[in-house]
Amino acid sequence: MTPIQIDFGKQERVVGIDLGTTNSLVGYMDAAQHPSVIPGEDGDKLVPSVVTLTRKGDVIVGNKARAALIDEPDRTVYSIKRLMGRGAGDVQEELKLFPFRIAEGSESVIRIQLGERTFTPPEISAFILRQLKKNAEAFLGEPVTKAVVTVPAYFNDAQRQATKDAGRIAGMDVLRLVNEPTAAALAYGLDKRRDGIVAVYDLGGGTFDISILKLHDGIFEVLATNGDTHLGGDDIDNRLIHIALEDVHSEWGKDISHYGDAVQTLRRAVIEAKERLSFVPATNIEFAYKGKKYQREITREVFEKLIADIVDRTLGPCRNCIKDAGVAVEQIDEVVLVGGSTRIPMVRNAVETLFRAKPHTDLNPDEVVALGAAVQAGILSGTVENQLLLDVTPLSLGIETMGGVVSKLIHRNSTIPASATETFTTAVDGQRNVLIHVLQGERELAKDNRSLARFDLKDIDPLPAGMARIEVRFLIDANGILNVTARDARTGKEQSVDIKPSYGLTDEQVEAMISESIDRAEEDFRARQVAEARVEADRILAAVDKAKQNDAYLDLTDQERNDITRALNELLVVYHSDDHLLIRAKIEQLNNLTMKLAENMINTAVSSALKGTKI
Amino acid sequence: MNPVSSNYYDFFGLEHKLDLDLPDLEKRFYSLSRQYHPDRYTLKSREEQQYALDATAILNDAYRTLRDPLARAEYLLKENGFDIGEQGSKNVPPELLEEVFELNMALEELRGGDDSARPALEEARKKFVAMREQIDSDLRGQFTEYDRARDRNVLAEIRGILNRRRYVRNLVNEVEKELTGAAA
Repeated sequence: MTPIQIDFGKQERVVGIDLGTTNSLVGYMDAAQHPSVIPGEDGDKLVPSVVTLTRKGDVIVGNKARAALIDEPDRTVYSIKRLMGRGAGDVQEELKLFPFRIAEGSESVIRIQLGERTFTPPEISAFILRQLKKNAEAFLGEPVTKAVVTVPAYFNDAQRQATKDAGRIAGMDVLRLVNEPTAAALAYGLDKRRDGIVAVYDLGGGTFDISILKLHDGIFEVLATNGDTHLGGDDIDNRLIHIALEDVHSEWGKDISHYGDAVQTLRRAVIEAKERLSFVPATNIEFAYKGKKYQREITREVFEKLIADIVDRTLGPCRNCIKDAGVAVEQIDEVVLVGGSTRIPMVRNAVETLFRAKPHTDLNPDEVVALGAAVQAGILSGTVENQLLLDVTPLSLGIETMGGVVSKLIHRNSTIPASATETFTTAVDGQRNVLIHVLQGERELAKDNRSLARFDLKDIDPLPAGMARIEVRFLIDANGILNVTARDARTGKEQSVDIKPSYGLTDEQVEAMISESIDRAEEDFRARQVAEARVEADRILAAVDKAKQNDAYLDLTDQERNDITRALNELLVVYHSDDHLLIRAKIEQLNNLTMKLAENMINTAVSSALKGTKI
Repeated sequence: MNPVSSNYYDFFGLEHKLDLDLPDLEKRFYSLSRQYHPDRYTLKSREEQQYALDATAILNDAYRTLRDPLARAEYLLKENGFDIGEQGSKNVPPELLEEVFELNMALEELRGGDDSARPALEEARKKFVAMREQIDSDLRGQFTEYDRARDRNVLAEIRGILNRRRYVRNLVNEVEKELTGAAA
């Protein structure tokens, strides 16, 4: 009898990715089950979320792309996260402040012009994800295809879907979208307190989130969340840029706000000044363009006046969140700060005043989300056992009813997965379709909420008006993404639903982008492995060549020398193939056959060294 | 993969009672979450993932309902065939007719910009909040009574109290909205 073969295999690795507005990071659980951030090729853990398309048509991401912001502003894009899941109609405000070049014909899905090509925001995010994937693969020495990706807690359905699409386009299986503040709590809670109530204040480059969690014996239960998906460090930078541009206009008599390279250089300068101001009471904004110089002193006091309303805008959501969580401020045991903007002393003070607690800053605010994503990756792959995240949906889900009023089905701050079932019927005899408009938001009227999608219940059995009963189930999954299924309550048979997302890509569009990119991603990975194998081959070929000059080589038997020559030729034959496994096999063979030679060489070296020693 | 019960009480392994021990409910919720949460099924088959998703959705919906005494009572009433919910709350409870009439007058005045109606509204708000507290206390009494006797007449009584409570709650909300809105 043949024993049943059980393939335990190797647990496939899941990485944790923080896909940020300004910077992106990838983390993993190391052998000791500690979360850790993986550095990129340049040794930097932060990969700037900047993408550039070179004139040769290559896509470059990260620090190198950041340099291109100044040299090639028309081929480079940053802060793309601000456009995820949004339509052309709702980014007009954004366009006044960000040099996004929206291609013509953008409606429900925006297309960004980079040089001569156009890309959707999920495609641009996919370039960033692919770079992180590459970094992780180089670091771990194995293919990486599964990931946890973080999103702002206050991201709506379309923004979440767009993030998932980006993962698919990048050839990654996104096992879970995790809310950023929740991830941060995981990173903190891992070896900290076991029980208590914790608030996470997360002010990043482009988004603000506040979450309140209850920690109980490894369970992280989110009680409430709130935020603003368009509020962050970028807004502070824009204030400073605006002032500097006005100064320059009056000093130089020239409006440089339409020169992309000038604005980007200035942007760099104000960011540096902003960062210095967290540590010194005054600093200079220094900027040079085409031989001209601009300099302006800025004190922390002036800076704080300038950003006071931005900091203030974070406090309303905090108060609402405390209220929704059903806790009193005094019950909150700890406050955790996340995101680069929380380094600003004024932000820290505001948080301290509101929560009446000194905020925690032991973990690097730039890395804590990626570390938490790595922990969640560990939970999903089963290596982290006691922890469990119970998150909530940030926005209420409802359907449009008569008179444009919203009927809420799933309330905000409901633990996910959450579901609601609603029965629909027909209004006229023989009606075959029912259209359901699904919205997200807290307002009474449909027009004031975010339209998610229109679901068309099709092929309803023709019956007198009001007789059909279609049961529709709205399910928000653990990623915070809506799934809709319907069945005919009379017959019990599944009812077909046609989904028209209000914003974002259709499934077909994503599929097309995937097939285009997956080929390339696999190609990239294989090419790298082949290149690495050839480097190895070069090394051993050079070593053997050198060894042939050594006396030890002549000491070998004819057979041994023949074997080495044969193996060497075989390696040369496969050297230019694109099969890295074959190259490796031949390297191994040559290595084994030259083992004795190497030993002899060492012995010869030792004895000749001894000979040379005068006693 | 044993099929889970879609009945909220059964899912939690609880008797169909109106008075629940909330710390015990929370403990059960955490333990069931550890058992069914989709995070525990990520690397399993598609069927198992769907199972976890469906089970956890029921679990979460159940917890949300059972931990809130009003939602819990509505659920138990529905289970027992008292399914009129919202409809009942639209009719003015007879004993409140006079109060509601006066309140509406005061609201009209305030909306018309007459700030002298404010003290009357403050007064009304206090009265309705007190009324709501009284209702809550009545409800607790009836919960205990039902759990003891399992009498459908008690459920009918609770149905009436819940309708009255919803009506009063709406009044409080409306008055508070007017008062804070007018002040802003």
